[in-house]
Amino acid sequence: MKIVVCIKQVPDTKGGVQFNPDGTLNRAAMLTIMNPDDKSGLEAALRLKDQYGAEVTVITMGLPKAEDVLREALAMGADKAVLVTDRVLGGADTWATSQTLAGAIRNLEYDLIITGRQAIDGDTAQVGPQLSEHLNIPVISYAQNIKIDGDSVIVERQFDDRYHVLKAKMPCLITALAELNEPRYMTPGGIFDACKADITVWGRANLVDTEDSNLGLKGSPTQIAKASDKVRKGKGEKVNLDPVESVDYIVGKLKEKHVI
Amino acid sequence: MDFTLSKQHEMARSLFKEFAEKEVKPLAVEVDETEEFPRSTVEKMAKYGFLGIPVPKEYGGQGCDPLTYVMCVEELSKVCGTTGVIVSAHTSLCCDPIQTFGTEEQKQKYLVPLAKGEKLGAFGLTEPGAGTDAQGQQTKAVLDGDEYVINGSKIFITNGKEADVYVIFAVTGMIEKRGRMIKEITAFIVEKGTPGFSFGTKEKKMGIRGSSTYELIFTDCRVPKENMLGKPGQGFKIAMHTLDGGRIGIASQALGIAEGALERTIAYTKERKQFGKTIAAQQNTQFQLADMATKVEAAKLLVYKAAMAKATQKEYGFEAAQAKLYAAEVAMEVTTKAVQLHGGYGYTREYEVERMMRDAKITEIYEGTSEVQRMVISAALLK
Repeated sequence: MKIVVCIKQVPDTKGGVQFNPDGTLNRAAMLTIMNPDDKSGLEAALRLKDQYGAEVTVITMGLPKAEDVLREALAMGADKAVLVTDRVLGGADTWATSQTLAGAIRNLEYDLIITGRQAIDGDTAQVGPQLSEHLNIPVISYAQNIKIDGDSVIVERQFDDRYHVLKAKMPCLITALAELNEPRYMTPGGIFDACKADITVWGRANLVDTEDSNLGLKGSPTQIAKASDKVRKGKGEKVNLDPVESVDYIVGKLKEKHVI
Repeated sequence: MDFTLSKQHEMARSLFKEFAEKEVKPLAVEVDETEEFPRSTVEKMAKYGFLGIPVPKEYGGQGCDPLTYVMCVEELSKVCGTTGVIVSAHTSLCCDPIQTFGTEEQKQKYLVPLAKGEKLGAFGLTEPGAGTDAQGQQTKAVLDGDEYVINGSKIFITNGKEADVYVIFAVTGMIEKRGRMIKEITAFIVEKGTPGFSFGTKEKKMGIRGSSTYELIFTDCRVPKENMLGKPGQGFKIAMHTLDGGRIGIASQALGIAEGALERTIAYTKERKQFGKTIAAQQNTQFQLADMATKVEAAKLLVYKAAMAKATQKEYGFEAAQAKLYAAEVAMEVTTKAVQLHGGYGYTREYEVERMMRDAKITEIYEGTSEVQRMVISAALLK
């Protein structure tokens, strides 16, 4: 079995968020980590490798320094790593990112593609499902459990108050939740090997069946008007009412906010 | 000269740091209070290869260098001195002599499971009458057929009852050296469960209270002669060589304890208010912290230099002695100052610096006291 795992290097928000004067994220000033959902996706792939035997390839699109998360993935047990980096790919939104990843993955053999549900810097949860559309394969999102059954996968898809059990024929794509598992640590020897390993570097020229109009900033329909740090919630409003009045009050508030 | 760490060392440090914070730190208080050996942590460390870091891959290890191993002991000791010494004693005092002096059969039989963490190692040199003075050994091994019969006891043995494989030293005869008769000391590999090998009392210690420190008792303990490590009479050399490496491990432990105490003190002094301002705003605190941090950094450079010497030089006893002497004394000084800067709270078990000060003391004593390190250093200077 061949598994491709898409991972992303994201700012470590625990260390505080830094902004450029124009309101965009100052990524250079922030520590970076492997996106938590992606790390769980990688762990899921490594567990399938442990259980069934598989070749796990990690792929990321990003700046050359995104190589760091690929080496971390190799040190955890991934077999191969691909970095997709090119100036013309910069400024990509989810559409351009998924187009780029699709163009790169068309070079690879795969039975299963695993992505994280969403990245902690964008929180869109769009790239995985978009990627499956571009590659014309089924997608099961929000996976909280993954099993292999012959040429199919059986996935527990998390829902608000329950989960759905879905089965899909491979090749298919799964988006993983951080709750899916507890990712393993790297090993010291794995780190030493990972630092010596060759990483495949691809640029625009290596993308298969990909239009220029779908790449980079120019190919991105999304425009970010402004990004800002979390705004602390106010103290809120305290009311002291009897139960009947409380119900009316809450219903009124919910109507006011168009929740009901 | 470049003091920046390589990519792999940076990654290794972040691994050890994350592991220490998530897996070791939450148990540190309990391990100290209950004096329970942290078996579950040791199992996790085994799973991730922490028990065979500098051992070559062909012997089940991680194939890393001594600096990586040093950073592991350092990061573990930042949060728990007990966990740091478990790894240090296992790696430096048991894996290393078998790797260096063992036969291929001994390496396959003992080093491979030790490096994989399937077995835990220990080292038995110290006796009631023989600590610094290795010639004071009373434990004897007498060849009887194809076996050596060991009688005697060893004390203060780290990983004592928890280990599976022990490197033990015993007197196998008398030899003439420079015109006088001295004891011929030979090293042996002894497995737990060997008839005649038992455990005495567990030491109740001031610090590193979760480490299992026991007396080992040998009563007509028969060990196959193929378990002799090195050659007859090579024991003293093996012990001294092993301790050179062990001292780098303990120096790393001392460094980690000092760093841990400094980190907590910086955080505390920024929170604690007296006379309307944080105590970090008082110049006395600032100067104390500056001195502590400078000494910690100097200790780190000596420890890392010793680790690099072990990787590149045949002899590294001098560097190891300097690193251990300085790092241990810095650990004691920094933890004492840390308690002082915490005031009354620092003297309570609610604050970790109290434990760290107790843990630091042993680093000035075991694997060669500070006085022994001074003997080693001055002997090299004056030879």
